[in-house]
Amino acid sequence: MDLRIPHSEPSPDERAAVDALLGAPASGWDGGDRDVALDGRVARRGLRAIEARRDLLLPAIEAVQARVGWVSKAALDYIARRLTVPPAEVWGVASFYHLIDLEPAPPVVAHVCDDIACRNAGAEDVCAALGAEGAVADGATWKRSPCLGLCELAPAALLVRAGATPTTEVVAPATAAAIATARAAVDGPADASAGARRGDARLDEVRRSVPQAGDASLQLLARVGVVDPGSLDDYRRHGGYRGLTRAIELGGAGVIAELTAGRLVGRGGAAFPTGRKWQAVAGQTERTRYVVCNADESEPGTFKDRILMEWDPFAVIEGMTIAGLTAGAEHGYVYVRGEYPVAAARLQAAIDAARAAGLLGADVAGTGARFDVEIRRGAGAYICGEETSLFNSLEGFRGEPRSKPPYPVAVGLFGKPTVVNNVETLANVPVLLTAGGAAFAAQGSGTSTGPKLYCVSGHVARPGLYEAPFGVTVRDLLALAGGTSRGRPVRAVLLGGAAGSFVGADALDVPLTLEGLRAIGATLGSGVVMVFDDGADLPGVLRRIAQFFRDESCGQCVPCRVGTVRQDEALHRLAARPPAAAVADDRALLAELGQAMRDASICGLGQTASAAIESALALGLGDPVADAPTTGGAR
Amino acid sequence: MSADHDDGADRVWFEPPPRSVRLPMAPPTPAPATITLEIDGREVQVADGSSLLDACASIGVETPTLCFLKTLTPVNACRVCVVELEGSRTLVPSCARKAEAGMKVHTDSPRVRLSRKLVLELLGSSVDLSQAPDVARWMARYDAHPERFGADAATVAQPVKDDNDLYVRDYARCILCYKCVEACGTDAQNTFAIAVAGRGFDARVATEADVPLPASACVYCGNCIGVCPTNALVFKSEHVMRGKGTWAPERQTTTDTICSYCGVGCTLTLHAQDGRIVKVTSPLDASVTEGNLCIKGRFGFDFVDDEPAGDG
Ligand SMILES: Cc1cc2nc3c(=O)[nH]c(=O)nc-3n(C[C@H](O)[C@H](O)[C@H](O)COP(=O)(O)O)c2cc1C
Ligand code: SF4
Ligand code: SF4
Ligand code: SF4
Ligand code: FES
Ligand code: FES
Repeated sequence: MDLRIPHSEPSPDERAAVDALLGAPASGWDGGDRDVALDGRVARRGLRAIEARRDLLLPAIEAVQARVGWVSKAALDYIARRLTVPPAEVWGVASFYHLIDLEPAPPVVAHVCDDIACRNAGAEDVCAALGAEGAVADGATWKRSPCLGLCELAPAALLVRAGATPTTEVVAPATAAAIATARAAVDGPADASAGARRGDARLDEVRRSVPQAGDASLQLLARVGVVDPGSLDDYRRHGGYRGLTRAIELGGAGVIAELTAGRLVGRGGAAFPTGRKWQAVAGQTERTRYVVCNADESEPGTFKDRILMEWDPFAVIEGMTIAGLTAGAEHGYVYVRGEYPVAAARLQAAIDAARAAGLLGADVAGTGARFDVEIRRGAGAYICGEETSLFNSLEGFRGEPRSKPPYPVAVGLFGKPTVVNNVETLANVPVLLTAGGAAFAAQGSGTSTGPKLYCVSGHVARPGLYEAPFGVTVRDLLALAGGTSRGRPVRAVLLGGAAGSFVGADALDVPLTLEGLRAIGATLGSGVVMVFDDGADLPGVLRRIAQFFRDESCGQCVPCRVGTVRQDEALHRLAARPPAAAVADDRALLAELGQAMRDASICGLGQTASAAIESALALGLGDPVADAPTTGGAR
Repeated sequence: MSADHDDGADRVWFEPPPRSVRLPMAPPTPAPATITLEIDGREVQVADGSSLLDACASIGVETPTLCFLKTLTPVNACRVCVVELEGSRTLVPSCARKAEAGMKVHTDSPRVRLSRKLVLELLGSSVDLSQAPDVARWMARYDAHPERFGADAATVAQPVKDDNDLYVRDYARCILCYKCVEACGTDAQNTFAIAVAGRGFDARVATEADVPLPASACVYCGNCIGVCPTNALVFKSEHVMRGKGTWAPERQTTTDTICSYCGVGCTLTLHAQDGRIVKVTSPLDASVTEGNLCIKGRFGFDFVDDEPAGDG
């Protein structure tokens, strides 16, 4: 390529951040010192190995962001030069992500969640106490953020400090004072494992998020809080890597047969049969294949994958390894959302330990098969959880979904056949293989088999991650979570997150299975069960959901890019309590918008962007006139 | 070329060797198999590999398209061309979806009409489509009323980017069809001066850090202008004349000729008004150009109107 890249000089910090990832530049051509004797009369063919690594584009941009706190144009030009990517495309990628700042920013940023669960828990008060969003004081600023995946601890905030060793700190429950106190923690030395305390202290910490932790009957959460997430030995002592051993005994076809017998379906939202997916990849003629673990968990209300990765990281790696051996892939990627620094650090430690023990690498567990795993970090984009958008993001392009067909099992990451699975799906695989497919299928009901994780949040006494079989009811989960938090009756429950749907109090006894929910036009999606009592500001919640989709649309297709904006505008008009005729017009408009977004959008984001709102309005919930909070100021 | 016209002198003419009988030619491609599908209840036969759009066109069903152009890779972003495919949960973009044997397709069902109408309304309420040919007709056909989103509906209105002598970018007219990005990139020019930046409703076509075109990699081939469906990208000459109110397409003539600047032989279509060239395009089906030109053929026409200097 004959690219024109401006010769602007990155700052020493920016250069150091990029060079730490890509190595020092080899010559004046790619941004190093120019040596006329060496560089003056050369014609090179093709790209050097490092220049052909467009997939390192986002990691390079993230490296600068983490080091400096924002990314200058000179830094982007330097990255463009190092990776031989056109500057306009580098800009297109960098400007796609929330967590990349392209304007000067102070080193410390508090990302304060104002999404639905946190809103329920008083996030607006936190924001009000923090003053003007974006104002800089004392080297720090704050920003509103969509769901941080900490809903069980709502209201939540994440403090990030840029530097040579960047540090982060979760503040939950967040108050303006707690955020100010946490400033000291991020100013101190980095300690990625600070949260992983030992013994009882660890169990106490985990129980804030997983009230059942330590219960002997748990399967997916059996080790959570019980084992040291940094210890491979501890993992093995508690049943770890038995699934891989079994997989090796069974062989690829045997594993697929077990998965099929166990009827495991994906836990990422679409509920696709995992056995069929793996088989489709294993049967491709193309030999280069990939395994991708989708850990982008950004669906508002969802935090299950974070907890699995933080507290049982080896299980995710074990599941990926089995996928790799079964599908004949040699390389796996975990795409972890940028807001999950602790999960990424613990996964990295687990990968390193597994590799050192011969459980990853050139000869996995003595099988002669090669499989290794690499972590990639998202940078603030819900859409990158959509599988094809994730591939584009990972390859160094904008995280815009591709059109399907072709499907990832045939044309996936880097154009190769790819198994892409959710974290919870992969964590289920060792459980299933250890128990056997038949025993796995005996749990739950119908096509919904095995254990399931439910992210319970909102107006409940003990929000948290709960494991229960498919087929429990919301009432059962409410009982586990100690009932409603304010002694008020349940008014509505959001199932499946922002892309899911609301059900009313009359649905508390519907079994939470794929078919049970389909029967009432709802979905379990990623396992979100968010409870709203009769004091909740449902119209406000609907507006926040509309804003979420408006903010998170990738912008590629018209129905979603403009439709989500028009939906948001219509809800704001309704909130202003217009005359009845105007209400009817806007209701009709919302219905038509919903239909067109569902029918004509490219991907699942646009297709579900109206689902929760339409379901609420159909139930008479969230009507701005009828459904204002019954108590002043209550949320 | 023989010695036949010998004038008697002792000359020996060189006979070139006979041409090789085996011309270097690609083996003939077998004619693609024909497949049969059903569109609006009618049986349609098309070559395997055709799109649903081709299939619709083959029986005279007109499909609106905005982001599709036959010389570019389909991006299927505008969604105005959607059709209903039996068995598919969602509608499918006819421009990008390949026809398959046995498909049953509906091009005028209520769902199709609603989505096409909404797409036109969503664009019409956010973008200035006044210079987009065909759109008004489609709006009428689908009974689209962009104004129903209210006077406060967000738009992409913004000042014109007028930063060079050759063309202007009026992104208030941009529907984000990706065509210019494709033309500037691997589909034609391979210059990569522009790309889509930002996200969601803020997504836009931009140079790096929105620098003015002269500071970007742009080589002023104007191939982006050639593919823009809404006149967001226009010749400076046209922009100036429109500003003065002198732009009059009804007084314009077009003349095809061959560019005289170099030996490639690009077909130029000269658009002239009142005896002066006002812009230059190239036909999409010209085998040499497929609609693409370089800066000289595209913009190098001013000299034609120059008064001869001094000695002529
Ligand atoms: C807008 C959108 C966001 C998504 N986000 C996630 C996500 O964060 N994590 C996830 O596992 N799947 C997500 N998905 C679903 C994935 O596309 C894909 O179906 C899933 O990763 C497949 O894994 P599974 O079969 O194990 O469920 C998302 C889908 C859409 C449309
Ligand atoms: S539906 Fe929305 S998120 Fe999906 S491709 Fe279209 S614009 Fe992007
Ligand atoms: S004129 Fe040519 S080089 Fe410049 S932006 Fe348009 S297509 Fe790209
Ligand atoms: S400027 Fe024109 S060609 Fe480019 S995206 Fe916008 S409408 Fe399409
Ligand atoms: S962390 Fe705030 S809503 Fe999930
Ligand atoms: S023309 Fe088919 S999606 Fe735009």
